[in-house]
Amino acid sequence: MSRVKTIARRSFLVGSAAILGGVAFGYYLYRKPIANPLEAELTPDAAALTAWIRIDASGITLIAPHTDLGQGARSMQATLIAEELDIEFGRFTVSPGVPSAAYYNTALGSDQAPFLASDEGTLAQTTRGLLGAVVKIMGVQATGGSSSAPDSFDKLRIAGAVARETLKAAAAAKTGVPLADLITRNGAVVLPDGTSLSYVELAPLAAGIPLVTEVQLRDPSTWRLIGKPVQRLDIVEKSTGTLAYGIDQSVKGMLHATVKVNPRQGGVMNGFDASAAETMRGVQGIVPITNGVAVLADNTWRAFQAANAIVFDWGPAPYPAEMDAHWAQVAASFTDEQLNLEWRHDGDADAALATDPGIEAEYRAPYLAHQPLEPLSAIVKVTDDRVDIWTGHQLPRFVQQKVAGLTGHDAEQVYLHNQYVGGSFGHRLEFDWVLWATEVAMTRRDTPVKLTLTREDDFAHDYPRQIGMGRGRGRVKDGKVDTFDLQIATVSASASQAGRLGQPLPGPDGQIAAGAWNLPYAVPNFRVRAYKVPELAPVSSWRSVGASSAGFFADSFLDELIHAAGADPMAERLRLANTDVARKVLEAVAEMSNWGSPLAANRGRGVAFVESFGAPVAEVIEVTKTDAGIKIDKVFVAADVGRVIDPVNFVNQVKGGVIWGLGHAMNCEITYADGMAEQTNFHVHEGMRLHQCPEIIVRGLENGKHVRGIGEPPVPPAAPALANAIFAATGVRLREMPFNKFIDFV
Amino acid sequence: MQLNVNGTIRDVDVEGDMPLLWVLRDELGITGPKYGCGAGLCGACTVHVDGVAQRSCQIAVADIGAALITTIEGLGTPATLHAVQAAWIEHQVAQCGYCQSGQIMQAAALLAQNPTPTDADIDDAMSGNLCRCGTYSLIRAAVKTAAVQMKRA
Repeated sequence: MSRVKTIARRSFLVGSAAILGGVAFGYYLYRKPIANPLEAELTPDAAALTAWIRIDASGITLIAPHTDLGQGARSMQATLIAEELDIEFGRFTVSPGVPSAAYYNTALGSDQAPFLASDEGTLAQTTRGLLGAVVKIMGVQATGGSSSAPDSFDKLRIAGAVARETLKAAAAAKTGVPLADLITRNGAVVLPDGTSLSYVELAPLAAGIPLVTEVQLRDPSTWRLIGKPVQRLDIVEKSTGTLAYGIDQSVKGMLHATVKVNPRQGGVMNGFDASAAETMRGVQGIVPITNGVAVLADNTWRAFQAANAIVFDWGPAPYPAEMDAHWAQVAASFTDEQLNLEWRHDGDADAALATDPGIEAEYRAPYLAHQPLEPLSAIVKVTDDRVDIWTGHQLPRFVQQKVAGLTGHDAEQVYLHNQYVGGSFGHRLEFDWVLWATEVAMTRRDTPVKLTLTREDDFAHDYPRQIGMGRGRGRVKDGKVDTFDLQIATVSASASQAGRLGQPLPGPDGQIAAGAWNLPYAVPNFRVRAYKVPELAPVSSWRSVGASSAGFFADSFLDELIHAAGADPMAERLRLANTDVARKVLEAVAEMSNWGSPLAANRGRGVAFVESFGAPVAEVIEVTKTDAGIKIDKVFVAADVGRVIDPVNFVNQVKGGVIWGLGHAMNCEITYADGMAEQTNFHVHEGMRLHQCPEIIVRGLENGKHVRGIGEPPVPPAAPALANAIFAATGVRLREMPFNKFIDFV
Repeated sequence: MQLNVNGTIRDVDVEGDMPLLWVLRDELGITGPKYGCGAGLCGACTVHVDGVAQRSCQIAVADIGAALITTIEGLGTPATLHAVQAAWIEHQVAQCGYCQSGQIMQAAALLAQNPTPTDADIDDAMSGNLCRCGTYSLIRAAVKTAAVQMKRA
């Protein structure tokens, strides 16, 4: 019965998303070709061979529209094109290109479909197709949701192959040699007699013929780059201090600036007294902006000093001022009215729990800040006919639209020079700093203004990870997990973000129960319900989003049930696993960690499994109980992404994701007092430092049918694996993050 | 005021309490040292002052005097890499890379003082440098590789 209801709600989601996105405009719009942005500024000697490849007399430029946030997106995108184009690493340049609908994300929409990743049925596939069409029509160029690799894997290889075949056709036309006798090698078409025609010299000719679109992709057995360790394109610059991030950019004649905006997010400014600041050295102006004030100066530090000398009268926060009220609202949201969606109900959980009250547990996940190490900054120059912006952003076209909305320009007149980013973790999906910089620059037309936030202001204006609670009820029978009934209530990061984008969120938020409802386990009675807590403090996507909280609740509760059943945590997960891909991930991590081998009495081992963004990940953690606290010894990780594109970067992303998950679960939370985030700098919200870092052993599996991203999926299993290991070592069950509120770590 | 930065004497006209970091970045255009926290908590701004690793956001420029300042640009260049930079490249340590200037300067100072650091020495010396991407295991490995290389050299 409940299954019927679930399907009905899914249909609703698809229907409303389609209307929002404009599928109602029909097939024509979906099929309409999008202009190639490279054509706009093409010189006579240049060829734009698809929207990703530009070749002119100066060489080959590859366009990498996914923003490099540190996850290695630029190298990954270049690898895929270079593989098919037959060019060598180091013999081309890579540019982020200009924002364009042509770079719409083919993976983002389909990933929002409310179906198990393993579900290849008609309804699931149709829905993915429809949601993909929405993203195309809206022209959403986005970096996020671990979608860069899935979006790029086929698309950029095809782009490389199209360019290659077009260059071959140009060479055939030029020389009269039959196409079939031509090969390509190292940036050139090679004739049977060994003569080499470089792509650069063929470019003007290639520009004049139609693109060859019937292409054959290389067989994986012949790949030179994909799946092989390559040196990241940016590694030398990043190891010598020579890579200029957004914050390092300088534009001739620019002024420096910083802002003070009401640290109660969204609260107004009643007034301010800047008399002390006005006369400070280097100050060039003090300008009111939305809910705050900007200071212009000839040097960043002077701007900071003057801003700190201003006295403000801030209005109240538009959400509860104190933390207790936030938690109370979460706890009060497990109601029929707040039910967002029953995502899954196998068997009959109510009947099972009616006869046996079973086991109950409640879990909590706090607000968490993104706080990448590069503070938010942007240079903005506003003139009559254009706006130039230098910053790194994950949603380039939304930046154009939002800025144009402020300045009155057309979106096409807003030029975003997208920059290398010193970490994001979801932070640069927001817009405040760009809009503040624009407001300031509008008061100094024709003068570039570089806005830099202090770390303290960056903390104050971070939109944190959603706060939430999980309530589990379950039953064990005959030494097995029999009933798993989990209710999850969180504020909706998706809805909060959509509000700031000016978009309604159609249907239920797929992130609230992500990582929980889609667990590939055959528990006889399995139910997951998501409850949407009315918005409190505004929140945003934080590396792995919903699965960072729901995955912790779900795997922790499963572990509690397994222990209650007296079963082995690994054996019972393996027994329950109902997909081959998931089972193999668990088997791999069991083998890597030598699961079951004896440990000393003061040590413990825990396993957790979460699937997020389509990638199943299992982690085994070993801890030691010492006099000084818990020491994390080792983490074993097995992750299936269908295809490992760069094995070096893959391992690094997994290790980074594990450390991100562990460090924040152990040490961090954002709390509000008097309407303001209490954590102001890294002494109270640092994630993990080197001395706490365990040895991490990683294995990538390729059994999955689709290519998946690896930026986020290693995060969600880390916290429950640690809690499960601590339980094994100490008998203490940690149900609330951060764990250091309850237990010491070495 | 004169500063000796990477072997060059530079004239600057700033108030004495301006942190060295901002003199380097905004007055001299030397952007290898990064602004991360402004409070000595993250280490992204680490430079050498007379060979000692210091947080440049915490040193008033007036306190430098004639001391020799070395930033990552002065440690080595892409064409003439310092052993620590070479090890960082070999291990592909960086993800976002924003902290790595500071990590490398901290590691170079450690190895100058202690050519054969133990794991505990590395943990002690490097734990003040925050990396939000989580590159720590590769930092440990790269410090050890650099130590071996410097001993050979």
